[in-house]
Amino acid sequence: MTSRTTVLDEIVPARSPWSAVVAAGDQLEIIDLHGNQAVDCLLYSAADHTDRYSAQATVAAQRNIFLTTGSVLLTDTGTALMTVVADDVGNHDTIAGACSQESNTLRYGHHTRHQHACVENFLAAALHWGLGKRDLVSNINWFMNVPVEADGTLGIVDGLSAPGKKVTLRAEVDTLVLVSNCPQINNPCNGFDPTPIRMVVSR
Amino acid sequence: MTSTSSTTGARAHARSQAATAAVAEPDLPDGVESTRITFTQRIPGAGSANVVLGRGTRVRLADPTGAACAHLLLVRAEAPWERLNVADTVKVPWQAYLGDGHPLLSDQGRVLATVLADTSGRHDALCGPTAEARQLLCLAGAKHGLQPRDIGPTVSFFRGVRVESDGALTATGSAAAGASVDLLVHLPVILLVANAAHPLDDRAATDLDVVAWAAPEDLAVAHNTDPEYQRAVVNTERAWSAARTTEASR
Repeated sequence: MTSRTTVLDEIVPARSPWSAVVAAGDQLEIIDLHGNQAVDCLLYSAADHTDRYSAQATVAAQRNIFLTTGSVLLTDTGTALMTVVADDVGNHDTIAGACSQESNTLRYGHHTRHQHACVENFLAAALHWGLGKRDLVSNINWFMNVPVEADGTLGIVDGLSAPGKKVTLRAEVDTLVLVSNCPQINNPCNGFDPTPIRMVVSR
Repeated sequence: MTSTSSTTGARAHARSQAATAAVAEPDLPDGVESTRITFTQRIPGAGSANVVLGRGTRVRLADPTGAACAHLLLVRAEAPWERLNVADTVKVPWQAYLGDGHPLLSDQGRVLATVLADTSGRHDALCGPTAEARQLLCLAGAKHGLQPRDIGPTVSFFRGVRVESDGALTATGSAAAGASVDLLVHLPVILLVANAAHPLDDRAATDLDVVAWAAPEDLAVAHNTDPEYQRAVVNTERAWSAARTTEASR
């Protein structure tokens, strides 16, 4: 049995951005402390930020829209950035993207224009690393449940997570991880009440 | 001595090529005056196109022989940091499958284009381009000053994919030869399109036809009554009006 050493253990407050580089071989646990909290996530090769997560390449390679244990998170060029090595939930979204101030006006009405949103969190985290709007692409939504029905209808529905459930990712290369601990209050992705999450990196 | 061993001979040889060549062109749409047509191109497999299209352009993508695959990206011509957002394009209309009336939304809550007609029904917004198609899109984008990081997620027309209840994906192939899709452009865009195989359907791509024409009257028609769509149009019209207001027009 191998013992692991914790190299980072941080709480991300409700609604907040977070980012870090996870070294190759290290594991990142994302822990849904209170349950039913969507965690929007983008990944970049730390060595080359243009080699970034591709939801479409990942979905096409595994021929399935849901992420769970065994899912390899790929870039456009086929680089494996991280692998899901453990998952208490079994079904995470990567087709529905992030909420933004602008898309909120379409989904919920123009009264939501100035609410907190994930794209603004992503931008804040991205700017810290010299990245910008053009570097933001379709992301992962850990703990968010987005079924697609037979006629193509899709939408964010009640989550499958619960307090303390977690997903564990192993970095295959040094990976820059951007997170928006989703501030959305207009759909069930956070149970209409954003809560903190915990990020633990071990080696 | 060959005929091309001198400059004059080489020039004559080069000029003779166009004189004897036949350029394959798309069929033009019925009922559209030729003076309204702004762009036509037949794109072979492994080919691409890049063109700026104005607001009020209607563009027809067609699959004349039945195995085209149009990997499409739209970038706002006047503000290229705004581009097609495929996630919003499926999430906001609550619909994963592209078809008549579906908006192609930007990352700024605006509609770059609307699907106005669809005789294929075999499209995909989930799998994105193959490596070959992405390289074609990167090159096409580079001709407009775009970098690979500007080439975001894409949609594919003429090769279908369906999602099973467990999330698994199944390719549904192509419709019959002759299928077409019309898009209405709501804001000036750089249209990038690559014609190449689909990630879940590796058949080589056959010809893809692209024809664009001026159809500003289509902007005045409500193409979708969903509240999400109508708010996207409001956002789009506001952005257009704000940018277009000039002193002279007061």
